[in-house]
Amino acid sequence: MKELLTVEIRKLSHWYGEGSMKKQVLHSISMTIKPGEVVLLTGPSGCGKTTLLTLIGALRNIQEGDLYVFGKQLRNSTRNTRQKLRRNIGMIFQGHNLLRCLTAEQNVQMGADLLPNQTYMFRRQQSRKWLNEVGLSDESHKLPQNLSGGQKQRIAIARALAARPKLLLADEPTAALDSATGREIVSLLKRLALEQSCSVLIVTHDPRILDVADRLLKMEDGSILTNN
Amino acid sequence: MIFNSFKFRRIPLAWLLLSRQPLRLFVALAGICFAGILMFMQLGFRDGLFDASVTVHRLFDADLVLMSPRSMSSIAMSGFPRRRLVQSMAHPDVIGITPVNWNFLLWRNPETLSTRSILALGFEPNDPLLNDPDFKEKSTLLKIKGRVLFDVLSRREFGPIEEWFTNGKLVETEVAGKRIRVAGLVTLGPSFGADGNLITSRETYLDLVPRLPRGSIEIGLIRIKDNVEPHKVVESLKKSLPNDVRVLTSDQFINFEKNYWKNSTSIGFIFTLGAAMGFIVGCVIVYQILYSDVSDHLPEYATLLAMGYKIKTLLAVVAREALFLSILGYIPAYIAGEFLYSLVRISTKLPVSMDLSRAFTVFFLILIMCMGSATLAMRRLVDADPADIF
Repeated sequence: MKELLTVEIRKLSHWYGEGSMKKQVLHSISMTIKPGEVVLLTGPSGCGKTTLLTLIGALRNIQEGDLYVFGKQLRNSTRNTRQKLRRNIGMIFQGHNLLRCLTAEQNVQMGADLLPNQTYMFRRQQSRKWLNEVGLSDESHKLPQNLSGGQKQRIAIARALAARPKLLLADEPTAALDSATGREIVSLLKRLALEQSCSVLIVTHDPRILDVADRLLKMEDGSILTNN
Repeated sequence: MIFNSFKFRRIPLAWLLLSRQPLRLFVALAGICFAGILMFMQLGFRDGLFDASVTVHRLFDADLVLMSPRSMSSIAMSGFPRRRLVQSMAHPDVIGITPVNWNFLLWRNPETLSTRSILALGFEPNDPLLNDPDFKEKSTLLKIKGRVLFDVLSRREFGPIEEWFTNGKLVETEVAGKRIRVAGLVTLGPSFGADGNLITSRETYLDLVPRLPRGSIEIGLIRIKDNVEPHKVVESLKKSLPNDVRVLTSDQFINFEKNYWKNSTSIGFIFTLGAAMGFIVGCVIVYQILYSDVSDHLPEYATLLAMGYKIKTLLAVVAREALFLSILGYIPAYIAGEFLYSLVRISTKLPVSMDLSRAFTVFFLILIMCMGSATLAMRRLVDADPADIF
């Protein structure tokens, strides 16, 4: 029986703008991500990495080509279908995007609250567990404004993983971190992803973390150049 | 502990979003409270006006009332023949009648000597007039010509009558240019139409208004047997009496007066408009607060959308914020409303008080105000694109 790919992309193209301002940012991209695989996507700024990430994350409409996530075709999909699909996709943003009014633990619980049919107690335990996994149990009652950049990023990771995603998308997760913290975060991502057997796609400029990848994709001008 | 086992329990996001900036929350609540107070006062004045216009009407000892079809309201009463009231006695269910003269006369303030219009009621002292059991005894004082009972709730501009009278001072003044003496005090209450009231005998009344035909009255009070349906007697009397007289039940008489103020004057409209202005001001304030709140938290809402939260869930968060604002804004408005009503009662002696229906009306209006504003603010949220956060 053929293994179901986490992501399968065929001849995916994408444009921004309209009329004379229309600009193509992705050129007939094809690629796959297998379950449990850690893939790093690198390339210069403006080459289309983040656009590709948002398309895989079911955040944008597919304009041309085919994109399957967990076997579901995203082309012509409804807003509702994409929203349901996103429940299985964990996202880690460059700017953390933690909710400022929530404590570290509550932020993580916003991820755990997406787990279906679970009691409040269970979801709370999950959030504490993931907070512990990222080494921030002692900071659980702090608001994001009282945490360092690295701590915020680790909470964002815990929040993403607390929802038990099958696919984790991370946009420059180490951009704002020093070398040691960046390394620590990516290693943590890889370990936790392995334990949860979810696929990971990391968009990064950071050459120091390339060795954690199972596969490295390089993009330039909207096309994938290498697929190692 | 039991709450922890609930599947639907979630982090109180709406409250945390609201309370994160206490100063902004305080400003929002102050705005809603202000709008609530404005609505309480305008609706209170409006209802107080209608209630005040029937203060005396409510006190009459009557089941049915006869009046002239030409009478417009308590401030524009016309006379009708007293014999119509006597004719009504022929009805087997009628057990008593009281002819009443009703008009505005000029009262001279015995202290300042200035004159002011006062509502004067004339009746036969042997007949029942008011429901007050103490009134019967007082009414005997009116058997002497030139004696009146003065309403202690009349405005102070009529003079320190109560104070002088209770101190044993002889209170004499002029009504319609004729000398009268205050023989006692009664408690009736002013209205928007009448700043003060006096009661006297028909004999004295006719002396004060010499041009009035002796057989003419403005109101006829009719008392009927217990356990008899007033409407049936009204219908029966309408058939038996000529059309130069109108027959009303006591409630219809009260509504007749209220309807005049509601429909034939701009006062009701003005106060309703005032309440509407409070509502609109509140809407603008709440909309500004919620819109800026949604705008401030747009990246956070977009993050939640990107995580897989439904747009309905986030709209419900904004709706809950609006609900919290309406409840928290209403409570101080209610308390302030109670205080201001008592202030108005003391200052103007108008029957303005909090009642359940108005309390619910204002809460309902505040709720609509907050929810409507939230709905408008939600448009910004619906437009949030989760892709923008990357």
